[in-house]
Formats: sequence, C-alpha cells, structure tokens
Amino acid sequence: MNIHEYQAKQLFRQFQIPVPDGAQATLAEQAKTIAIDLDGAAWVVKAQVHAGGRGKAGGVKLAKSIAEVTEFTADLLGKRLVTQQTDALGLPIDAVLVEKTYPIKRELYLSLVLDRGSERLIFIASAAGGMDIETVAHETPEKILTVPVHPAAGLQGYQCRNVAYALGLHGTQHKALATIMHGMYNLFLAKDASQIEINPLIETDSGELMALDAKINFDDNAIALHPDILAMKDPAQEDDKENEAQQFGLNYITLDGNIGCMVNGAGLAMATMDLVKLKGGLPANFLDVGGGTTVEKVCEAFKLILADGNVKAVLVNIFGGIVKCDVIAQGILEAIKQIHVAVPVVVRLEGTNVEEGKALLKDTGLNLYAADDLAHAAEQVVALAKE
Amino acid sequence: MSILIDKTTKVICQGFTGKQGTFHSQQALDYGTQLVGGVTPERGGETHLGLPVFNTVQAAVDSTGATASVIYVPPFYAADAILEAVDAGIKLIVCITEGIPILQMLRVKAAMAGTGALLIGPNCPGIITPGECKIGIMPAKIHLPGSIGIVSRSGTLTYESVHQTTAQGLGQSTCVGIGGDPVHGMNFVDVLSRFQADDKTKGIVMVGEIGGGEEEDAADYIKAHVTKPVVAYIAGQTAPAGKRMGHAGAIVTGGKGTAAGKIAALKAAGIEVVSSPTDIGVAMKACF
Repeated sequence: MNIHEYQAKQLFRQFQIPVPDGAQATLAEQAKTIAIDLDGAAWVVKAQVHAGGRGKAGGVKLAKSIAEVTEFTADLLGKRLVTQQTDALGLPIDAVLVEKTYPIKRELYLSLVLDRGSERLIFIASAAGGMDIETVAHETPEKILTVPVHPAAGLQGYQCRNVAYALGLHGTQHKALATIMHGMYNLFLAKDASQIEINPLIETDSGELMALDAKINFDDNAIALHPDILAMKDPAQEDDKENEAQQFGLNYITLDGNIGCMVNGAGLAMATMDLVKLKGGLPANFLDVGGGTTVEKVCEAFKLILADGNVKAVLVNIFGGIVKCDVIAQGILEAIKQIHVAVPVVVRLEGTNVEEGKALLKDTGLNLYAADDLAHAAEQVVALAKE
Repeated sequence: MSILIDKTTKVICQGFTGKQGTFHSQQALDYGTQLVGGVTPERGGETHLGLPVFNTVQAAVDSTGATASVIYVPPFYAADAILEAVDAGIKLIVCITEGIPILQMLRVKAAMAGTGALLIGPNCPGIITPGECKIGIMPAKIHLPGSIGIVSRSGTLTYESVHQTTAQGLGQSTCVGIGGDPVHGMNFVDVLSRFQADDKTKGIVMVGEIGGGEEEDAADYIKAHVTKPVVAYIAGQTAPAGKRMGHAGAIVTGGKGTAAGKIAALKAAGIEVVSSPTDIGVAMKACF
C-alpha cells in the first residue's frame, strides 16, 4: 500500500526524523493560512499524488509570495497530474503540501528496503541525492553504499557511522544521521513497511539534516495489523476496478489490450497473458480468481472484465485442482446469463471433473467456445478478438 | 528414489482440525500419505479423521516420530507455527499459508539458520512424490509416478507442468512448489541440487516468474552442477513494471527481476527455455 508524502512526513515526525515545517491543504485559502503561519520568504507547493516524477511534471512549485502560494494551490487542486510514472490519464490532485523552504547545501540519498537475496533489511545511501537512484546505481555504483541489518542484532552504531562517513558528514551530524537511521528502522518494523525512501535528504547551509521528500510503502500482507496505516489509504489514487476487485477477493490489474483473461492462480494468469501475446493478441487485464472459486466470484470477475469497454473477447483458463471444473462451468453459464455477456468467451478447462465441465458448456446456444487445450484456446480468442 | 519425501515419511498437520487442515488431511490420507496425527492447541487428546490430536508439535513428535509437518494455520499465526515445528525437531516443514507478513518471514528465516530444518513455502502448493506421499493442496489425480523433477514458484503452473509431463508419459519423481513470496524457504538451487543427486529423476522442469533473482542464481548453478536435461519457463513476460502480479514476490521493480533478464540468464547457461507455457511437456519429452 502507498500513502501520500504528507502522511509519510507525519510518520517521520512520530519517529524523530526531521522534516520541513509545513502542512497539507485541500483548499487554496487553507494553503494561504499555512504559508502565513510558516513565515519566511518562499514556500514550496507540492501536489500530493501516489507517483514519483512530480517535479518534472509541474507538480512541485516554488512560491515567492503568499499570493503565489494561493495561486499555485488553486491551479493544482482538482487537476490530474501526469508524470512518467503514471498512465496517460494521470492521478487526481486532491491535496497539496505547503512547506517552508531551506537553504540547501547538499542533496543526499537514504533508503531502507528489503533485500530478497540476502533476506535482510538494507540501508542504501549515496551522496548523489536528488537523482533517480537506479540511474546512479547503474552508472556509478561506487557512489552507493549498502548496509545490511541483521534482524536479531538490529541497527548498530558502527553501521550509522559507516553511512555518515560515506555521506561526508562530520561532528554533530553523525548523531543526527543515527537518529534518522534508527527512526527509519524503527518505523519500518513498527508499521510493517516494505520500503522507506528519503530522496533527497538535505544538508542545509547550517549543517542540519532533513527529509525533503518522503516515500513509504507498506506490506499488504501486514496491513490488517495496522489500522492507523490503513486509514491513510486514498482510493482516489488507485484504479477503480482494482479497488473493486479487492473487495471480492479477486486479484485484478488493468492492462491496455482487448482480450479479457480470467484465470485461477497468479502464475497461470501471468502465463495466460504471455500466451495471448505470443499468439498475436494483447491482454486487457491480469485476473486471478484465486482458490475456492464460486459462482459469485466468477460473476464478479466477468463484470470487472466487461466493464472495460475495450474488451472484444474473453479467455477463461481454469486448472481445477480442489475446485471442480463442472462447478466452474456452471458459474460461467450463470454469469453469462445474469450479466448478459455479449462478447465471445473461450473456455479452457483442465483438471478435476474436466469431462463433466466441458459437457456442460457444449451446445448451449451461447457465444461460448470450449477449447481442447490451452494453446488452441489462446489462438481462438485472439482470432475472435480480431473479428 | 525421490527427493525429500517418500512412502516412509511420517507427517503431522498443524492446524489439523480447521477447515483447510481437515479437507487436505483427508485428501492426503486417501492418497496414502503416512499422516500420523495433527496439532491444534487445546484439542489435545481428541481424535480427528481417525488420528490423534496433540496440543503441541513437541507432543506430536514425541508420540508419533513424525519428521515432516504441513501447516494450514492463518497468516498471522504461521510464523509461530513454523518456529514451533523447528523447535520440536521437525526436519521438513511445508507451509501452505498465504499472506504472511514479510518481516515475520525475515525473522523466521534468521531464526532457522543453523537448525538444519528445511522449509518449503510459504504461499505454496506443497510437495508430492507421486504414488507415495502427498503433502499439500495439489490435485492428486493429475500425477503419474515417473522420472521428471518439477520445481516451481507458482502453484497452478506446477499443475500445468505435471499435467503436460503426465500426458507425455514421463511422469514425475517429485514436484516441489517453492512458493510465491519474496522471502521463503527452499529455493530453486536447494531443490535442483537434490534432483541432480536423485537417481530416479532423469529430467527437470523449472518454472520461474518475474521478481527477485533466484532464477539467475539457478542458471549459474545449473551451468556448473546439473548434468540432467532442464526445461525452463518464466511467467510474466508481459507483466508491467511496478505492479504486483498476484504473488507478493512477483513484481518488477527498478528494472530488476524482469522475465527477459531471467530468460537471457537461463539461455546463456545453455538451458532450454520455452516461450509458451504449453510447450513444457513436449520440450521435456524431446530430451529423451
């Protein structure tokens, strides 16, 4: 799960990680009041959307007067921001973050992520902050320091010192950095984060360290343990259909093709998408109906797929293990009748009770094709989508 | 022979009296698995499916001599269940549970280091040696005792590979679903090394997917150590970056873990990679 920058900074404050003074606004008047309260000569107005690349997309503006704060806020609110990380529609700007500005001496990078290979949380630090860290890692790997933390020992003082020296920090800055690193580590563990990124971490002219940006992702598997984090969820930043799918225990991701796919199992769902592409078609979605598929789930899955106007044909690929194929076939028939499926549906069934399942789908008079094998099914659905 | 389990393996079930535990334990018994009992706290002394129920894994091990355990407890209790099995001296722990918080798995893995216990999963279908022992949720019917070792991150793609190798008359020595989570127990290399050492396994099917770097590690290992024919398939060639494709572990981030990268690594190691998931069985058959 993702949260907004202003929410991430609230969590940073709770965990003693210094952030710029500021607050979020959902109205231009509110932004004005915040700016006046902050005093100073310049303010930054930042669009709150769940995507990076906001600066280049015009979502971060430097205001040199209170009037500009109001103007920029009014300008951003209600619009959609398209960045290189969003789709062409972009994401709605329902709030902005208004912050005081600070004289920046240097921009650093600091993140805490899970490294699957070593099965450790690792700090990634670089003096080359403010840039895309993937690019830095690729082009100048020597500018990146990684520090793995053992889950039993926890974060140690020497590890913070190593990072401090690598970042060129001295004196009292060591203690400040250690506070930030411990804050990140404690926050990660306390809230089941999956990633915490500060880019940039700034060093001000007076030597202070401060998180100018804040990005936190959370482990979906643990979110039920953290109602405070769940309350920060902003459905407006997510795909409507993906939200709806979640409610029915379906795993759905929108893609931009015209062949709807309904599959049981995440691996088989990915493989089915690949196969459609291999046969010359383009999948409209990833959809895993999961185990324990029922008639209701199949109906909801069909509704989701067909809500996408681009869909010209649907491929159902079920490998019945515990789920019986005849039950699935009944579900498909029921769904087609209940929600008046108009596009052709190709069904490939395999596994438990496959013969009974196929028999049910034969000679129904519906726009339904029972395929003998998966390769054939994919070819058939691609041909039907082109008609 | 086979790997990890055979007809002599004594198995207990944690979460035995729950809905999942009951259903799949009955299926395992029907298959001939030597399921010797189960664990549900506060239900010790009862009989379930004709087998003894114990309060603790230690009591179950002491009484039955079980060396393997299968876990069907809910996600927030699964880390505890795994470590209870480790502490009771269980050698092979198969965790079916999906949705365990990743930080809990991180601690479990760190705690397991040096104990000698093996973990399969979590978020996996389990392990089966056809005709001898079934530990997990895979459909029994599609399997055929035979010569192909199958290892996969995906449950349904394991079934697909089993189905195709059965249709080709090859059958399976042992099938291991290693699970779809980013932090999990046995990895490809752990299973591949056992297949290589197993006399009954003549060929290997390896099914990977996007995310992480285990397929790349497997490619290096196969090149250096595996002499048996290997057919590989990688799911998620059309998956967009930054989107989690069902499995917590199936996500391309920062240009890492792409299908293209994994396929290139496998091919560079001389492994046959099929581009269609429907060609796994045919490609394996062609090796003999």
